Amino acid sequence: MIRIANGQGFWGDSLQAPVEQIRRGPIDYLTLDYLAEVTMSILQKQRTRDPQAGYARDFVDLIARVLPDLKDRRISVIANAGGINPMGCRDAVLEAAARQKIPVKVATVSGDDITDRLDQFLKRGIELKNMDTGEPLAAIRAQVERANVYFGAFPVAQALGLGAEIVITGRVADAALTLAPMIHQFGWKDTDWDKLSAGIVAGHAIECGAQVTGGNCQVDWETIPDLADVGYPIVEAEPDGTFSVTKHAGTGGRVTVASVKEQLLYEIGDPAQYITPDCVADFTTVQLDQAGPDRVRFSGIQGRPATNYYKVSVSYTAGYKAMGSLVYTWPDAYKKARAADQILRQRLGRLGLRFDAIRTEYLGANACHGIPAAEPSPEVEPHLPEVVLRVGVRSENRAAVERFTREIAPLVLNGPPGVSGLGLGRPQVEEIVAFWPALIPKSEVRPEVAIWPSES
Amino acid sequence: MAKRKLIELAHARSGDKGDLVNIGLIARKPEDYPILVREVTADRVKQHFAGVCQGKVERFELPNLGALNFLLHQALDGGGTMALKADPQGKTYSTALLRMEIDVD
Repeated sequence: MIRIANGQGFWGDSLQAPVEQIRRGPIDYLTLDYLAEVTMSILQKQRTRDPQAGYARDFVDLIARVLPDLKDRRISVIANAGGINPMGCRDAVLEAAARQKIPVKVATVSGDDITDRLDQFLKRGIELKNMDTGEPLAAIRAQVERANVYFGAFPVAQALGLGAEIVITGRVADAALTLAPMIHQFGWKDTDWDKLSAGIVAGHAIECGAQVTGGNCQVDWETIPDLADVGYPIVEAEPDGTFSVTKHAGTGGRVTVASVKEQLLYEIGDPAQYITPDCVADFTTVQLDQAGPDRVRFSGIQGRPATNYYKVSVSYTAGYKAMGSLVYTWPDAYKKARAADQILRQRLGRLGLRFDAIRTEYLGANACHGIPAAEPSPEVEPHLPEVVLRVGVRSENRAAVERFTREIAPLVLNGPPGVSGLGLGRPQVEEIVAFWPALIPKSEVRPEVAIWPSES
Repeated sequence: MAKRKLIELAHARSGDKGDLVNIGLIARKPEDYPILVREVTADRVKQHFAGVCQGKVERFELPNLGALNFLLHQALDGGGTMALKADPQGKTYSTALLRMEIDVD
């Protein structure tokens, strides 16, 4: 049996969670997920300013903090912290280790970055069509910032096989970070579809951190103990593909069949075909049992052969947006907010400003749910203590968006009464980086695995 | 037949993929799963999200988990970074679905 922990569900997750995972109980592997799609473009912007940047610096700080513990407890770390500069991340980690005079073997998995090869692909008829809309990439080629392939677990397992204590990757499918140590430790083959699928389901269960251990959990949320000290998830994996999800003893949160079900259904499409680079997992075969307190056992998982494609995420610039907010108060808060929205739209019209989209929402009066069933009843509506008017615009034209940001504050003095500007100042104009999902034949790209210091 | 709010029988979690929202709907008690299958059809969900979901709604069954998975297409105002919404990732669509009233024997 091996224990694989997750200590980071996204970049920006708890800084303390990975430390607790290392120190509060036994684990063999620590996986850390830093890369959301939007993270790649943030890293791109950072690297434009500084060629040494482009990876998750938080990760380097973390390693500097816990390296002695990792060595003492013989824990290996697998993180997609490399972002768009895995080698830079590796160098920073090696440097941090050298400062503490602790020798450590660090491997990288790269080759996922295909930004410079796009034109070559397009020329050869690999269209990189948008998986959702079917449009060819040529339609937005000029706006493209980056393109990265999602690799699977095998190159990561290969890095572990080379003796890596820390594996730093670029783009790798989130769940593959968890599957990789199982492949490495149990010697699973690339045709063991059921076992690989089990590893992917395990990865899916823990890749969002505490979202499986009681965080964001609807069932009996008020009775979930001590979320302030919530334990992050740990997979206890067996060579036959069965495993349990649990957390360290003495931590807060809760692991039940119900909390696990919520996470299994998070961000999936057809549950019978969860497509990953390594296999196609069938979530309709998963059997769950409450095997003990804070312990759910998974069994019966089946899967099918992997496809011949890798998924590609292309990021591209798609215009500008800005959001402005004002809060209207009782009496008739909602009515005033709606009146202010009308006035604002008339003014934008008179200015001749054109937008690709204008969107108004009323926080406190059905902004998030937005459906007819959530609309406040006519009896309640006039008595709402306050309603936030939130207006957003989107346009290819930066000047139009900029001009919009000047029209919010005046409403405090020249619009409906009983309003506050929330102390927010003028809205900021943001450049939009959007994403284009595509597929590429696996034969076109190859993961590169390297380890430092090398043995020779 | 009595009317009950879905939240009494089920819990849910939602998330995004581009302009698409998925909602996992889970029976609190396994014996209530057939009621969900009967009552919470793709058509009813499409109707429930009138004005929010501009595309089709697909439904998948997971009897092993006593759960249904719904895919709401064109439901996020362009999705992700394009969306001007307060909930651009559809995280609260789960509880929006739980507002639905259904017939229970």
